[in-house]
Amino acid sequence: MKTITVCYFAIFREHAGVAEETLSVDAETAQDVFEFTRSRHGSTEPNGHCKVAINDHMADWDTPVNDGDTVLLFPPVAGG
Amino acid sequence: MIEVSHGPIDTAALQQSLSNPAAGGYCAFEGWVRNENEGHEVHRLEYEAYEPLVISEGEKVLAEARERFPFLEARCVHRVGLLELGECAVWIGVASPHRDEAFKACRYIIDEIKVRLPIWKKEHYANGDSGWVNCERCAAHGIAD
Repeated sequence: MKTITVCYFAIFREHAGVAEETLSVDAETAQDVFEFTRSRHGSTEPNGHCKVAINDHMADWDTPVNDGDTVLLFPPVAGG
Repeated sequence: MIEVSHGPIDTAALQQSLSNPAAGGYCAFEGWVRNENEGHEVHRLEYEAYEPLVISEGEKVLAEARERFPFLEARCVHRVGLLELGECAVWIGVASPHRDEAFKACRYIIDEIKVRLPIWKKEHYANGDSGWVNCERCAAHGIAD
């Protein structure tokens, strides 16, 4: 198990009811963390148009996560 | 240079800040809050951003634009918070020796910003509902562009 801080934005924050939380997760990759939070909070948003960052750096879904990491989950963006 | 603004964007001051004696062309793009989206009457918009990555990713976009379309100066400001109809949500300005680079760099920057930067837009509708753009309705329709 790894201790991961997860930060939620926009619709993800509304689904989660919190802006961030620290979780014990059996996760190897950012994708595993996303799946865990999705089942935890009942979100159905597919990750196809979502983005992820780890410790303030943009990452890929198969990027490994380490104990103590902060994972930022970004729903589909809509700037401009 | 890219910035996030929590208040109205002073476009005149921004334009002035790009002035450069070597610039023969200046091009700006302003994104405004409009009153309709996909058949829904929109009353106001709410933008949210994750600023550390807006800045770092935005600087990458500007560097890419400069490499492709060499310009003298470029700036971008994106607003966050609640915006009323007609307000400027995003401003991009590019100054270059000739017009072609200014037009193309400006277009490149806005196109990349819209798909890459962690910025989210919530529409508040006339009927009291609200929705995150590209999330709820687009997910339901199977699209997200």
